[in-house]
Amino acid sequence: MIRDRHPGAEAVAQKGWLRAHAWLLARRTSQLSILALFLLGPWFGVWIVKGNLNASLTLDVLPLTDPYVLLQSLAAGHLPEMTAIAGALIVAAFYLLAGGRAYCAWVCPVNMVTDGAHWLRERLGISGASRLSAATRYWILAATLILAALTSTLAWEFINPVSMLHRGLIFGMGLAWLLVLSVFLLDLLVSRRAWCAHLCPVGAFYSLLGTRSMLRVRAERREHCDDCMDCFLVCPEPRVIRPALKGAAKGIGPVITSANCTNCGRCIDVCAKNVFRFGSRFGNRPDTPGQSTQHSPGVEVLR
Amino acid sequence: MSPAAPGSTGKPASPARRRFLLDAARTGGGVALFSVGLGLYTQQAASLPALALRPPGALDEPAFLGACVRCGLCVRDCPWDTLKLATLGEEVATGTPYFTAREVPCEMCEDIPCVKACPTGALDPALTDIDDARMGLAVLIDEENCLNFQGLRCDVCYRVCPSIDKAITLELQHNPRSGKHALFIPTVHSDACTGCGKCEKACVLEQAAIRVLPARLARGELGAHYRWGWKEKQKAGGSLVPPDQEHRYNLPRGERYDYEGKGLIMDETDQAVPFARNPLDTLNRGLEEQR
Ligand code: SF4
Ligand code: SF4
Ligand code: SF4
Ligand code: SF4
Repeated sequence: MIRDRHPGAEAVAQKGWLRAHAWLLARRTSQLSILALFLLGPWFGVWIVKGNLNASLTLDVLPLTDPYVLLQSLAAGHLPEMTAIAGALIVAAFYLLAGGRAYCAWVCPVNMVTDGAHWLRERLGISGASRLSAATRYWILAATLILAALTSTLAWEFINPVSMLHRGLIFGMGLAWLLVLSVFLLDLLVSRRAWCAHLCPVGAFYSLLGTRSMLRVRAERREHCDDCMDCFLVCPEPRVIRPALKGAAKGIGPVITSANCTNCGRCIDVCAKNVFRFGSRFGNRPDTPGQSTQHSPGVEVLR
Repeated sequence: MSPAAPGSTGKPASPARRRFLLDAARTGGGVALFSVGLGLYTQQAASLPALALRPPGALDEPAFLGACVRCGLCVRDCPWDTLKLATLGEEVATGTPYFTAREVPCEMCEDIPCVKACPTGALDPALTDIDDARMGLAVLIDEENCLNFQGLRCDVCYRVCPSIDKAITLELQHNPRSGKHALFIPTVHSDACTGCGKCEKACVLEQAAIRVLPARLARGELGAHYRWGWKEKQKAGGSLVPPDQEHRYNLPRGERYDYEGKGLIMDETDQAVPFARNPLDTLNRGLEEQR
């Protein structure tokens, strides 16, 4: 079954294709530019950034380290050198402000794979209720740290498709594409957004990092929502929208406060009524007007 | 699947609560299973094959696997493209740096850029003199095919060694095959060999007769209780098993043995022997007269 109405069609009609895809385009640009920066060296000999997402060195001065990898290393019993620690602090500070899971939407290379799988899944009309709990990723996150401690190795890094895809593109894939393919198929066939929204401990870690982040999406003009459901359909973490968008009656403010919002901005794109915008987490006043008529958009649409 | 009735949370086994517990158990069980699998896999995948060498300064293999974040910065700063990152499917732990001596050996850069590049200390920054690196130990593994062992003067492994005459020397031995030549045996010394692999790379054979192996494979280890008697004696400055009796050789009169010195000595002065020194003299006596 091919979906007859494409989510965002109304926004395209109202705002034009470009404005209805502005954040998506910005995001792809960001993801690809970051990858390009890493590839400039090995492909063209222009060494602006060396290394990969696990740890890198920019312009020979700025060290960046993935705090999650470093945490695994600490759990494994290794106290890293200052360079790596400083790099992790810089990265952590950035995501503390910009929203932890902004990593997922703006940086992570797997996002393009899972977005692709999701797009195809919608196109082919594949559905099927997910029996995966969204909390699984936090269990896996804990398990990876415990395993690191028990085995004294970065156990998760043996199979982490996120770092493997990025490292693979830069240093050589080997059989890592098989893992990436598994993630793609998982998202395509097994369950909607199975990897990023249910299993990935990298995203889970970054969500914890971003629980108090400054940059947030706000359903500022929620009283204009006409329940088209488009934002729910495009959102990789649909659960996060509901309180902010529909919570006026319950005294919930318009800021999407959930740490699992990836700050992808797709909801801003597809909303024909311009309900959403980026803003800060401050001024989350519950008296921001909501809808006069309380519909109850069912989450079952998402299944 | 039925939604929980509001206000039922107080009861011990409300459907919502039961479902929550079931879901948690299911997820927990799944993750536990996954962890066991991953744990077992890492134990297997963590074993380093014999010919894969870690960069200079790498911590001991188990510690290294907990310290290296697989960033490849060491690989990038290696000017000789010696290092590479293992990819999935190779025998080396995925993403960790290694090199294969026979392909590209380590050139032992004086400034050790790989160690400087490492942000985590997986390559120990305490390594400042490349001669102190111990990436492995060269072992002359195939005496049957090594040209020098056959009495030829190949010497290539010896010549290319950056620590020539310290890490590797040519030790002279009698050549029993020809009876009159010497064998120049390439001999590696663990106190100086860095394991750079230049010898293995240079060996002229189809398959190198000398190979750099990780120390764990290249070296034996004495039992903790074992002592070398002569070393203990030297350390103590005298015999440890009294009385230290001088060894006596049962030699004919006029002959002595200088232990750890000249060896067998015949005192020329003592000529009071009734027979000729050379037994042939005795046998030839009659013949001379016939002639
Ligand atoms: S709420 Fe909006 S910004 Fe957040 S994940 Fe959903 S679509 Fe993206
Ligand atoms: S630079 Fe250090 S942490 Fe990075 S890959 Fe090399 S050894 Fe590992
Ligand atoms: S590996 Fe070979 S070339 Fe390198 S130091 Fe040891 S003996 Fe010399
Ligand atoms: S290079 Fe090879 S064949 Fe020649 S002496 Fe050394 S080990 Fe023997």
